[in-house]
Amino acid sequence: MRHHLILRVVAKLLIPAILLFAFYVQFHGDYGPGGGFQAGVIFAAGIILYGLIFGIEMAKRVVPPSLVQMLIAAGVLLYAGVGVASLLLGGNYLDYNVLAHEPIHGQHLGIYLIEFGVGTTVAAVMIAIFYCFAERGR
Amino acid sequence: MIDIALLAFLAATALAIVQIHNLFAVVMLAGIYSLLAAGIFVQLDAVDVAFTEAAVGAGISTIVMLGTLSLTKERERTPIRMRPLPLLLVVATGAALLYGTLDMPNLGDPNAPIHRHVAPRYIEESGSEVGVPNIVTSVLASYRGYDTLGEVCVIFTAGIGVILLIGGRRRREQDKRAKGAESMDGGAGGGGA
Repeated sequence: MRHHLILRVVAKLLIPAILLFAFYVQFHGDYGPGGGFQAGVIFAAGIILYGLIFGIEMAKRVVPPSLVQMLIAAGVLLYAGVGVASLLLGGNYLDYNVLAHEPIHGQHLGIYLIEFGVGTTVAAVMIAIFYCFAERGR
Repeated sequence: MIDIALLAFLAATALAIVQIHNLFAVVMLAGIYSLLAAGIFVQLDAVDVAFTEAAVGAGISTIVMLGTLSLTKERERTPIRMRPLPLLLVVATGAALLYGTLDMPNLGDPNAPIHRHVAPRYIEESGSEVGVPNIVTSVLASYRGYDTLGEVCVIFTAGIGVILLIGGRRRREQDKRAKGAESMDGGAGGGGA
């Protein structure tokens, strides 16, 4: 897509906004609609848009496939790890009350961490699926 | 009123998807279908679900379907013939489901069983127990944290499955072919690749 000037310029303007919006949805999910699932998908959409406009090779230089594959597992591990941490701190599995001194703070920390894990896995899986299809197409 | 309009558009889109044989148009219509569904969810005050439907249904899955289309053909190979038995089965199942909805409580009925089990506790206690303003998040991440962990594992498994099935296979085939060519050369060419 070397010659699509308008597409490239508009994409360059849009992609930072899309990525920033993904982080907003990720970390504002406690207060408004949104959360890890939606944020992960939006973040992946930004990267996929980049891949579509500037080519899959450029996208792979930004987000290498090996990193994507690690992040797929890292998100699930973070989520499950929060559960193990609450077990070790004397609570039930995924009982966030024990994560901090006050139950409410523990809940906030736990939700923050597991939503981040969800977002990481969702974004990485979507990007990985896109890479797989784009690779096959050539 | 807006409900009826959205549902009418939804039905029209579904019928169009069944009728059209150009798969590119079908993918686009499926995206529109998801967007209309998201509109209905907003109308039902389910903003989180609408957000997910718009992002996943209308956004990412359309891209994945287009990616699939670029690997296959753009038109259905053989038009599907009308067969009486499957049609009868579908109509009977649909009628049974419609009959089943007669027993269901009305939409938004506060005395419906689903609103009387654990929902009151979530609504009343979430503020003091979890302290997150968005109750959807507190149910999803805290009260039902174990379910959400399962969902993330489903996505994890799906991603790994796609990578195993179609990721990197082509490269391996090329390697094998290259290796076969090399062995046929008998190592005479050496670094010809």
